Amino acid sequence: MIDLPLPGGPDARSITTQFPQKGSMILQRTRPPLLETPWDVFDTGVFTPNNQFYVRWHWAGIPTSVDIDTFRLTVHGHVQRTVSLTLKDMLDGFSRVELAAVNQCSGNSRGFFAPRVPGAQWVNGAMGNALWTGVRLKDVLDRAGVKAGAVQVRFSGLDEAVVPDAPRLMKSLDVDHARDGEVMIAYAMNGEQLPLLNGFPLRLVVPGWYSTYWVKMLNDIEILDQPDTNYWMKTAYTIPDTPHASIRPGDTGVKMVPINRMVPRSFLTNVSPGNTVPVGAPTPVRGIAFGGDCGVAKVDISSDAGKSWNPTQLGKDEGKYGFRQWETRITLPSAGRYTLMVRCTNTNGEAQPDTPNWNPAGFMRNVIESVDVIAA
Amino acid sequence: MLRTFIAVGVLLGAALAPFAACAAAPLELKSVTVDLPDSDRTFPPGPGSDAVNNNCLACHSAGMVLNQPALSKAAWSAEVNKMITAYKAPVAPEDVGTIVEYLTSLPSAK
Ligand code: HEC
Repeated sequence: MIDLPLPGGPDARSITTQFPQKGSMILQRTRPPLLETPWDVFDTGVFTPNNQFYVRWHWAGIPTSVDIDTFRLTVHGHVQRTVSLTLKDMLDGFSRVELAAVNQCSGNSRGFFAPRVPGAQWVNGAMGNALWTGVRLKDVLDRAGVKAGAVQVRFSGLDEAVVPDAPRLMKSLDVDHARDGEVMIAYAMNGEQLPLLNGFPLRLVVPGWYSTYWVKMLNDIEILDQPDTNYWMKTAYTIPDTPHASIRPGDTGVKMVPINRMVPRSFLTNVSPGNTVPVGAPTPVRGIAFGGDCGVAKVDISSDAGKSWNPTQLGKDEGKYGFRQWETRITLPSAGRYTLMVRCTNTNGEAQPDTPNWNPAGFMRNVIESVDVIAA
Repeated sequence: MLRTFIAVGVLLGAALAPFAACAAAPLELKSVTVDLPDSDRTFPPGPGSDAVNNNCLACHSAGMVLNQPALSKAAWSAEVNKMITAYKAPVAPEDVGTIVEYLTSLPSAK
């Protein structure tokens, strides 16, 4: 068992190793699985191992078997010709591309919302960074020939709802976004085929956008000549159209829009709340950051609860959409309690805010993180 | 306690093109068959627990509900209605009140 720092609880969760192709994970829900990456994994490097990459499904109708010979990806709708692609076509029939990108649940860190909101009660581990290998979505769409007048491209996977007439998961991107040459269909993560629970055999990769769009077990692409109004676009996964998607609890009548680009975040990974740091000695601290929809420009650290900030050094750039490690040394002058804070500014000049956002779905948290330590 | 920082390397490379150049290393996919664990957890006994067990375990295991924070009666009522309208949960109208009462009296609830 593990106790998560969830204000007001319930905070106890099991650590599970029961899930196929997965190592130790925090069990948030068994069916359909919600598995969170344990925090210490993020200190081991910028790429999150496949067997500890977080898992998130909406409906329990998840196929437990995928046959690579019979699997087909179909592209249809407002196109010149419907195409049905085998996995061999995907591997051999298109140029191969590779991209490091963070996949983060819209509701990552929801458990820290104050006041608390319903939904998966994640702490910070509903995110991961992988090197994705696959093909450009644009190339696949070109094979079918998108017709003039196309508006959106809708994606769905092999998973099914478990009651009749319930809305199965489908997500859409604007056609220009789908054809931007960056959105890709991955058949490998970190050099290996995807674990089934992370979307084997194909997963949409939407760099810089929340994971809700990264459709798993992708087998259907439909080109629409109307905006998609399905439940998962129009009602679920919408955010207030306000700065930081933030409103006051109880505010009503706010314009809602589909969640979209990610925002910058940064974390300490080698220091936990309550840790003791030696007084007067330079102590290495480090962590990870990501820019959201662009790269990391800088990561600053404060050891006086945000009054003064110092730059940190950034580690190797593995690609602007991925995690970036940062490190520095801090010296805490005298014994006592200190609040360490870390703040990412992305290459668009956007910095993490110093007050938390709030919205009823618990989306897009990116407040500056702080960790209280004791110098002794 | 604090391990030393490993990856320092080149600090600021030239702005990278989004895709890394990619040698076509051979990659072969293999069919997969797995077993997914299920959960036999039910709701703690109490007034209304039968109704909750009968209506709230078809689509997700009990952890979805039991890991929720304290929610007001209005918030639980909205959740149950969302299950019925958005996700087509087949809940008999006469059970809704009992279910909401039960959820509002969970140990974590307000
Ligand atoms: C017909 C299927 C179905 C039934 C039956 C059902 N739910 Fe759900 N429930 C869902 C789906 C789908 C979700 C969203 C899943 C996800 O986000 O992973 C959900 C999510 C939730 C959540 C998380 C918060 C949210 O709104 O997403 C709570 C709490 C919840 N259900 C409570 C209940 C309770 C209480 C019952 C019994 C009255 C119930 N559910 C019955 C389908 C169902």
